[in-house]
Amino acid sequence: MTLFGLLRVAMRALAVSKLRSALTMLGIIIGVAAVIVMIAVGAGAQARVEEQIRSLGSNLLLILSGATTSGGVRMGFGSGQTLSEDDAAAISREIPETLAAPALRGTAQVIWGNQNWSTVIFGITPEYVEVRQWELAAGHMFDPTDIAGATKVCLIGQTVARQLFGGVDPVGQVIRVRRVPFTVIGVLEGKGQSMMGSDQDDLILMPITTARNRVLGASARAKQRSVGTIWVKVQEGHDMKAAEEQVRALLRQRHRLQPGADDDFSLRNLEEVAATQEASSRVLALLLAAVASVSLVVGGIGIMNIMLVSVTERTREIGLRMAVGARTRDILGQFLVEAVTLSLIGGLVGVLIGVGTAMGIAELAGWRIVLAPESVMLAVAFAFAIGVFFGFYPARKAARLNPVEALRFE
Amino acid sequence: MEPPAPFPLIHTRDLAKVYRLGDNVIKALDGVSVDIARGEMTAVMGPSGSGKSTFMNLIGCLDLPSSGEYRLDGRDVAALTRDELATMRNRGIGFVFQNFNLLARTAAVENVELPLVYAGVPARERHTRAMEMLAKVGLGDRADHHPAQLSGGQQQRVAIARALVTQPLLILADEPTGALDSRTSLEIMALLQELNRGGMTVVLVTHEPEVARFAGRILRFRDGRVVQDESNHRPEDAAAILAAERKAA
Repeated sequence: MTLFGLLRVAMRALAVSKLRSALTMLGIIIGVAAVIVMIAVGAGAQARVEEQIRSLGSNLLLILSGATTSGGVRMGFGSGQTLSEDDAAAISREIPETLAAPALRGTAQVIWGNQNWSTVIFGITPEYVEVRQWELAAGHMFDPTDIAGATKVCLIGQTVARQLFGGVDPVGQVIRVRRVPFTVIGVLEGKGQSMMGSDQDDLILMPITTARNRVLGASARAKQRSVGTIWVKVQEGHDMKAAEEQVRALLRQRHRLQPGADDDFSLRNLEEVAATQEASSRVLALLLAAVASVSLVVGGIGIMNIMLVSVTERTREIGLRMAVGARTRDILGQFLVEAVTLSLIGGLVGVLIGVGTAMGIAELAGWRIVLAPESVMLAVAFAFAIGVFFGFYPARKAARLNPVEALRFE
Repeated sequence: MEPPAPFPLIHTRDLAKVYRLGDNVIKALDGVSVDIARGEMTAVMGPSGSGKSTFMNLIGCLDLPSSGEYRLDGRDVAALTRDELATMRNRGIGFVFQNFNLLARTAAVENVELPLVYAGVPARERHTRAMEMLAKVGLGDRADHHPAQLSGGQQQRVAIARALVTQPLLILADEPTGALDSRTSLEIMALLQELNRGGMTVVLVTHEPEVARFAGRILRFRDGRVVQDESNHRPEDAAAILAAERKAA
């Protein structure tokens, strides 16, 4: 019998009890829809993580100045001032595939008109903007003379702009940072939340020289060129691990640390943090899909169940078909095609419902979803495989019936 | 005409079928040796449990004997595989059943086409041949009717058309009139006799003498053996009886 003929016979058999066929398909419909929704939501979460990683800037090393010991009490990283702008310059110079950006960090109250806001101040050099991949939404960057001359200009993040200025254009306005007037020369593009959930747009960038001399005050002035952090960007295509070791060796040498002594700085490879995050979100997506596919398997068992009932009900028909010349493979094919038709129609309906639900979730809950054609194909292929797998046993049972007994079956 | 084949169409020697139910051994068929020639119309009779159904299953290639020999048209059936048996049934045997065994919700013409589907005949030719056969049994105008829309006699005619459509070696009819009233039974027997006169070998399984009287030969079974093999040189003519009844009415 041709495939088309088998399909016609299957459709006719399924049409005999439409409600039963529909209910049988329901298991597959729900399973496929669930798989598609779960993959879409999982992939959406993964895409968000990837976006956050990109917003951090890729291929980054973060160096924090080291722990100090004061009277036997060891302070945390960043407490001492072991890093300097010269360290940053040396890294950029000695290791050609890197670009190092020193940064001074502090908090300050900022005031504009009758508004005030507490935010984080970064004293930076122009490299910082490149390393952290900040883009400007409005205005312009610092130029080297701003750094050299410790000009009182600043760039503000989206959150600061919103909190202080509301709807007013901040560019050209003068704000007071710890009572020091600063001209806003630009507004940064938004980056959203960091992976840890903190607001990356709540900050003010200003020349490192200005920050040291005018804003962050006495403690920073104690050691003239010291900085709290150095960000290091490693060029695309270079091994992060190797770069990390080179930076570590260079800093140990510059700080004259004896072999065996602890580092007086902390070096973190953000790639690893990102990779961990990404892996965990991937595991989550996989887990969701696995849970959803359980319902597909349950749907498959439903198909097997109804096919077994169908084989029993149609024993005489099978006997008759055998009497007029149906071979084992004819009967096997007939019932297998019927099971696969059930599962495939269920699969296609499930795709429609799944895609619709995923879009609805995106619309109503505002979640990020990613509908990949591959996941839809995968779900349909899985439904097909379920039909073959769970249809095979009933079909084989039908094909192995004894024609004499099948014909006599009441 | 081809010269007659040197062997009978059906040839059995010591044909036996044994069933085991637990410790009991049941000899459904216990050494049957029968030859049936081409063109014969044979009635197989006997009470239930006599082995006539088992005999029919074996010569219909639906089942294999436990021992003994069966040759259909010279071919040793006992040596065939399951699928070869299916092909043998498809090409060689046209079945007619007591309860018609038509596919429900399927047009008469598609029912008749069914054996040709399994023979691999292309759809167009299938349809043409099925329509010819329906016309032959007098149902050319009912081709699109489903079984539920046909009377019992019409359904059995469709079943006979289905049996004939592969041009088989023999028609094997198992109680073909068992579900029909006497008038319709006569019509069906007249049709089978007409086919037999056209050269078709017919084997009828029945327990009704009313039906057997139309056959040229009667095999009586009892306890798995043939107890009587009787030639009926002057079988009654179902068509003539029908005509007489019509005249009387």
